Amino acid sequence: MVFDIAFFVLAVIIVGAALAVVILKDVFRAALSLVMLFFTIAGIYITLHADFLAVVQVLVYVGAISILIIVAIMLTHDARQGSTSGKLRIPAIIVGLLLLGMLVFTVVTTKWQLNNTPPLEPTTAAIGMKLFGEGGFLLPVEISAILLLAAVLGAIVLIREK
Amino acid sequence: MILKELQLLTPELSLLVFALLVIMLDLFIKQKKVLVVVSIAGILVSAGFTLSLWGIHATDILYAMLSVDQYALLFKLIFLVAAGLVILASQDYISKFAQFQSEYYALVLISALGMMLMAAAQDLIAVYVSLELSSISLYVLASFLKDQKSTEAGLKYLLLGAVSSAVLLYGMALVFGLTGHTCMPCIADSLKGMPISNIMQSPALLMGLILIVAGFGFKIASVPFQMWVPDVYEGAPTPVTAYLSVASKAAGFAVILRVLFVVFGATAWLSQDWGLLIAVLSAITMMVGNVVALSQSNIKRMFGYSSIAQAGYLMVGLAAVGMAAGSDALGRSGLLFFLMSYTFTNLGAFIAIIAISNKLNSDQIEDYTGMSKRAPLLAIALTLCLVSLTGLPPTAGLIAKIYIFNGAVNHGLLWLVIIAVINSVISAFYYFRIVKVMWMGAPASEEKVPSTWALRVALSLCCLFVLLLGVLPAGFMGIAQAAVKIFTGS
Repeated sequence: MVFDIAFFVLAVIIVGAALAVVILKDVFRAALSLVMLFFTIAGIYITLHADFLAVVQVLVYVGAISILIIVAIMLTHDARQGSTSGKLRIPAIIVGLLLLGMLVFTVVTTKWQLNNTPPLEPTTAAIGMKLFGEGGFLLPVEISAILLLAAVLGAIVLIREK
Repeated sequence: MILKELQLLTPELSLLVFALLVIMLDLFIKQKKVLVVVSIAGILVSAGFTLSLWGIHATDILYAMLSVDQYALLFKLIFLVAAGLVILASQDYISKFAQFQSEYYALVLISALGMMLMAAAQDLIAVYVSLELSSISLYVLASFLKDQKSTEAGLKYLLLGAVSSAVLLYGMALVFGLTGHTCMPCIADSLKGMPISNIMQSPALLMGLILIVAGFGFKIASVPFQMWVPDVYEGAPTPVTAYLSVASKAAGFAVILRVLFVVFGATAWLSQDWGLLIAVLSAITMMVGNVVALSQSNIKRMFGYSSIAQAGYLMVGLAAVGMAAGSDALGRSGLLFFLMSYTFTNLGAFIAIIAISNKLNSDQIEDYTGMSKRAPLLAIALTLCLVSLTGLPPTAGLIAKIYIFNGAVNHGLLWLVIIAVINSVISAFYYFRIVKVMWMGAPASEEKVPSTWALRVALSLCCLFVLLLGVLPAGFMGIAQAAVKIFTGS
């Protein structure tokens, strides 16, 4: 019951923050709204009993990624003026609303697979077993390791002096 | 047990080891030519391991994440061949970033590794992660030159690629929410058990299908997800453009065919639904690609639109697979044959373009005037590839189109084949414009166009296979049929 109320409060904040990210002219304020968005999503994870994900969300998104975005804004002069409104604003709104309508319709009308067992807590050990244990997602974890290597190589190449 | 599974993973593992080796050696070795040799050796070793697994009984490894089957093995060979030829052809180009050769080779190898995993992936999560592995390497490769156009190409590719990944993930999430599985055969089983007989009864399935097709549509450059193609093809280094147009597209088709066939081929009506969806997209894709290509003056942009059109022909084969609903293998093997033919043909064309535009320092078609006098062999090779892209005898392109169109006609897609044939005629206009320019006009200067031995080897291999596939298609068709057997049984 508490979680139900919390969910709707968080949902309203999330939608508001997301809209602010898109609408606000000032890039720095948009970035701060994004931080707000990341933070409230962590709240949603808590209402879903996903404690580990909530902590990771705060550590990675609120902690690391938002700092990265803000530093990037500080270092780029042009970005501070904010984005100009393009000619495609109206079509983009229409397409966005259409997509929203379709997705809402999908979510509301579908009979989703529901599980009646109470959620697992704490989830950390279970996630670890799923990632590295028998019958789990070991391969995708290893592939992401190579992916990080490729990203590091890319960073080296792209920041070189001309 | 795990050792046995690692043995089935040797093609990927060996390629990874050689990619790491290239980066390490770069630190100690002054003679950078060694890096090329090591990269090519890696590809040969990996191809050797792939061939040693040839004919294997399909096996799921690493907790059903990957499926080692003939289909995946054939695609692995295609990616390795493409990566090898691209590395050979890069030799004329590499001086533009001589200091960063090792990163270049390593990224080409790693993206090939990602594609190999994509072709074998049997689980939606593995599909997604390996797709990102190949994409991230390609984003970097596209912006490798660091000049304005190349940076724009890389940035555009990255931004649109990220959006398409998000769309794909949303589709996968819907399918997961509906069925509760990420492994493809499990999803298919779950769909079979559902009390629905029409896709309209399950909006989540419909949206999932549309979003997944949209996500992969970006990778294969199908309309309406093709807007990135001309800019990225024009701005990226030419060898990377060749790689993108061939290997990345083949990887997209490898994974879309497997996902659509295994997951959404669960029931006949579902299969025909996506068949029709692909057929409509295919018709639009061919039209847009061919008509816009007519008005291009930059050869790389023209090949960008041409590759969109070729994706349209490939989608005719894909649509036939959907309409057949698992009943016969002609559509599928035709699709694989077309991909083999397209790989050699398009790579051949791009390799010739690399040599010529390197000398000219220009990608304008008008600057190719009289090229037959300045570089007769390159002009002959480029002409052969253009003939094959149009689909005329005695080349691979003709046979590939016959197989694909035949499969489509057998499954009630006559209207689509008529559109495809009309499009082939349209395509002749812009392909033969280049031929005409090369052989008719007088050259602006008499200077010869130089090329390295590596590029010549790569180009002659491509031309050889374009002719071989055209003259002796039966053997290659046999390979393609063996590769799709795995699907016929399931």
